[in-house]
Amino acid sequence: MNSLEIKNLAVEVAGKAILEDFSLTIPKGEVHALMGPNGTGKSTLAKALAGHEDYEIASGEVLLDGQNIVGMEPDEIARAGLFLAFQYPSEITGVSIANFIRAALQSRQEEGEEFVATAYYKDLYAKMDALKMDRSFTSRSVNEGFSGGEKKRCEILQMMMLEPAYAIMDETDSGLDIDALKIVAEGVEQQRGPDRGFLVITHYQRLLNYIVPDKVHVMWEGKIVQSGGKELAMELEEKGYDWVKETYASAS
Amino acid sequence: MSESSKDPNLEIDRDKGNFSYDVDYEYDAGQGLSAKTIDYIADVKNEDDWIREFRHKALKVFEDKPMPTHWASDDLNNIHFDKIRYYLAQGQRPSRSWEDVPDEMKETFERLGIPEQERKFLAGVEAQFDSEAAYSNMKKNLEKDGVIFVGSTEGLMEHPEIFRKFFGKVIPTGDNKFSALNSAVFSGGSFIYVPPGVKVRQPLQAYFRINAESFGQFERTLIIADEGAEVTYMEGCTAPKFETTTLHSAVVELVALKGAKIQYITVQNWSNNVFNLVTKRGMAEEDAEIRWIDCNIGSRLTMKYPGVVLKGRGARGEVLSIALANDGQHQDTGAKMIHAADDTTSNIISKSISVGTGQATYRGLVHMPKHLKGCKNNTECDALLINSNSRTDTFPAITVRGDKKSTQHEASVSKVNKDQIFYMMQRGLSEAEAMSLSVNGFINDLTREFPMEYSVELKRLIELEMEGSVG
Repeated sequence: MNSLEIKNLAVEVAGKAILEDFSLTIPKGEVHALMGPNGTGKSTLAKALAGHEDYEIASGEVLLDGQNIVGMEPDEIARAGLFLAFQYPSEITGVSIANFIRAALQSRQEEGEEFVATAYYKDLYAKMDALKMDRSFTSRSVNEGFSGGEKKRCEILQMMMLEPAYAIMDETDSGLDIDALKIVAEGVEQQRGPDRGFLVITHYQRLLNYIVPDKVHVMWEGKIVQSGGKELAMELEEKGYDWVKETYASAS
Repeated sequence: MSESSKDPNLEIDRDKGNFSYDVDYEYDAGQGLSAKTIDYIADVKNEDDWIREFRHKALKVFEDKPMPTHWASDDLNNIHFDKIRYYLAQGQRPSRSWEDVPDEMKETFERLGIPEQERKFLAGVEAQFDSEAAYSNMKKNLEKDGVIFVGSTEGLMEHPEIFRKFFGKVIPTGDNKFSALNSAVFSGGSFIYVPPGVKVRQPLQAYFRINAESFGQFERTLIIADEGAEVTYMEGCTAPKFETTTLHSAVVELVALKGAKIQYITVQNWSNNVFNLVTKRGMAEEDAEIRWIDCNIGSRLTMKYPGVVLKGRGARGEVLSIALANDGQHQDTGAKMIHAADDTTSNIISKSISVGTGQATYRGLVHMPKHLKGCKNNTECDALLINSNSRTDTFPAITVRGDKKSTQHEASVSKVNKDQIFYMMQRGLSEAEAMSLSVNGFINDLTREFPMEYSVELKRLIELEMEGSVG
């Protein structure tokens, strides 16, 4: 029950099969890393789980604490407790970060429940301080004119505010310099705990120097081909993805 | 979706404005337009001969002018002038207190929240029900200052000397076919005079309500701010949705004398059977300032291009407009700036949103003749498209002759794309919430300029529209 359970998932994009028979279970309290070369279906998995209409789930189940979220609308999935930190977050002109996060929180409120603005800002500022974000950030339009690092920090801030049961970080490390990478990793580390499961999707091992995963999975052509502890990531770093390609291309 | 109600004559949709009452009108000019209609209106209003004559002449101009379909939408040909009712009223004298307003009218305005707004933040209110004002009242201290705020019917009767001096001077009868129509059959609207140096701190508001079917509302508003005076006027409009077409064709004239400031704010939310064909123009004398804030939501076809004639040196004119064209609607809006003196400046910011099959058109006119010096204009028009069927057109016409002038024109078209909506939905917002947040973001830099009460109202209206446009 207390897990994000992906069972035999098959995902198609524009009629083309990208994921086939993909299974993975992330219990609450654990951080799983999903690694693999480009074009192997890592981001497809993230979008499909979040309910993007272009990513069609042909078969399989995704159980979020026992509830099958396949076929639900993206906003329902989000409110059920799944958060996706985007690789390429969208810009929203004229909508400030403070108002955007506020709208997201309000969408989770029960009818008649009151939104307390003072408590909200107190919480927001505390979390921004933790991410070393300037206060003036809240009044900027969401992602508009942001540097790569600012965009990712903004994703982490949203995650911290929305406190999801499961968070998928889709290549959150791409486009970050080492300082930004550390801050993002610290944000994830702070959020780590018994009530939350993480799936950290990454191409590079370097993020895992700062976020130490409980499990590492290697993905190749739409499937997990190898799983192990954090030492697997080190092994990958040493041998490179060519090793994965050689080993598993011949097998298929 | 209708609410239950004790009144069997009352039909309600979930839209706040979509309800109507069965009213037995005491005064009814009948269907169709002729010299007799004009005489009927002049008779019941007990008008002077000059105004009766003015109306008859205007009717002739209206009949002689062709429909402007050589540049405007052919949909104008679907207005059947012989089916429209031109004057419907219960009486010609508005009440000064809500208690005295006839029940069905009072209930209408209560449901639209007018008396509540009056208590909260307004200096004066006029509430028009079909052809005449049902209620009109202003704070006592303004009366002491010599401010006049009455309906146009009352203004003509009680203050002919001021009324006649400015009436029809900014927008002549023959300006266009619909200004001629209004000049022939006008009734209702506001008449405001602010004496020299008087600054009205709180807004004056008029609410125009169409209740009857197959009806035409032709209010006529004349606002005069004397030297150094300041006033903000806000108008709201709604009508119930009928199968037949409704015509709303107002004429609004503003006169800002030396150093005066007039701010005119419109938030209209017409149902989509309404042809909304309105002529609005202001005249700004030396160092005067006229600002139009114009928000057009709803209607079948809106044609409206608020303008300012910058007549005196140093005069300033501004049009800030927002148009939302939903499925099946056409918002044909814009602005006119006529520079007629040195050192005059004008600013036009127009934002349009097209949803579904909605169509938004911007038409702008900026005129700066050769002999003038130191004139400036800035024009920005931005369009937002929500889904691929939407259409947007921009027709800016900037005529600048000679040097020592500056104009700046920027236009942009952007789309709310699927990824953006997905991103917002991934944070928990419904599709409608995501769309209305995008739209509110798009107009945010404009609405920040609006009085708070109106930006809140506008936000609410946009949310309603977006809810309706999601499958």
